[in-house]
Amino acid sequence: MKYAKKSPWILHYDGSSCNGCDIEVLACLNPLFDIERFGAINTGNPKHADILLITGAINEQNISVVKQLYEQMPNPKAVVAVGVCAATGGIFKDCYNMIGGVGEAIPVDVYVPGCASRPEAIIDGVVKALDKIK
Amino acid sequence: MRALILTLRILGILILAPAAGGLLTGLDRVVSARMQRRKGPPILQPFYDVMKLARKQSTTVSSMTRYFVTLSMCFNIFTVLLFGLGLDLMLCVFAFTLACVFFVLSGYSSNSPFSFVGTERELVQIMCYEPMVLIVAFGYYQVSGSFNVGDAFRMGSPAVMRLPFIFIGLLYVLSVKLRKSPFDLSMSHHGHQEIVKGVITELTGICLAMVEVSHWFETVFALGLVYLFFVYASPASWAAALALCLAAFLMETLIDNAFARVKWKLALQASWIVIFVTGGVNLLLLNL
Repeated sequence: MKYAKKSPWILHYDGSSCNGCDIEVLACLNPLFDIERFGAINTGNPKHADILLITGAINEQNISVVKQLYEQMPNPKAVVAVGVCAATGGIFKDCYNMIGGVGEAIPVDVYVPGCASRPEAIIDGVVKALDKIK
Repeated sequence: MRALILTLRILGILILAPAAGGLLTGLDRVVSARMQRRKGPPILQPFYDVMKLARKQSTTVSSMTRYFVTLSMCFNIFTVLLFGLGLDLMLCVFAFTLACVFFVLSGYSSNSPFSFVGTERELVQIMCYEPMVLIVAFGYYQVSGSFNVGDAFRMGSPAVMRLPFIFIGLLYVLSVKLRKSPFDLSMSHHGHQEIVKGVITELTGICLAMVEVSHWFETVFALGLVYLFFVYASPASWAAALALCLAAFLMETLIDNAFARVKWKLALQASWIVIFVTGGVNLLLLNL
């Protein structure tokens, strides 16, 4: 999939986070970082997406949603978990309704560290995820 | 020998039209990005997108979807072929409409509410521009004395001299056909719309790639109509008309970036007012 690397279409989903990472994800689209220069598009449609970008942790309410979004994406696809909450549950880990990181629901290809993750790190994570799309 | 020349012309159109359509789409994305002070994707990005989509898994909801999308693309190609070979403009318009009808059917064939709303809006969009396309064909017949596209190259003066208002009307509905704001109701090139992706919400893989390629052909045909207004017997006008087509396309990019999306009622009413005022006045003046 030579061309998949040149045209990563991203689906962004916010689990349960403080929205800090979401703002950084949106910052990737602005003139300073401009992720579209790699051909990336922020699509709102799982059926068109190649990369699922998840911020925030998985809870009892959203686990089915995350699984469904992942299943609706056509192959080949990759998952990028952005931020500490998406990795382990982060600061919300001990809340009564929490299950944990994104890995509890679907297979994750790349974990992007940070609280909140910096836009450079998110773009780096997306580029790394492209290597997983074969 | 004639058959060989015809085959070469058809091959030329089949290669050049999608190449031009894809490059224009890429140019549109780069220019849009520069207008927003971004760097933007490479100019070949639409080709990368289509190549990727063609190799991705296809998960169509209904078996008819792919059939309708394929027919829609075939009729779009057929339209551009007829136009490129200099044949009947009316036939082009009818083939073009048929392509749109198949696209609408593909939207209705998947049982998605987003797709349904998008398809209903697509029908409204067709109603927005279709009368203008017919008026263009009719006006062209009035000034050239024939429906044949090839006869434009034998006219004494460019059609726009006698059809200035119809040209303005065509420019107005061009943003509907090119799916630009403020009239990108049914599906938007931008990744954020209240109905997800409208007509194409449920399409994946090769079907989505075919929709993209169809749109390249649509773009070429829409700009071909603009081209018809500027060409006449002088060979210098052939190149000048191409430059003016490019200018019209870039103007649409500017409009796309400067306007917000309108509601369908306003889109329909505004288009019909513009169409019937410009078309009516111009046809009246021609026949006085």
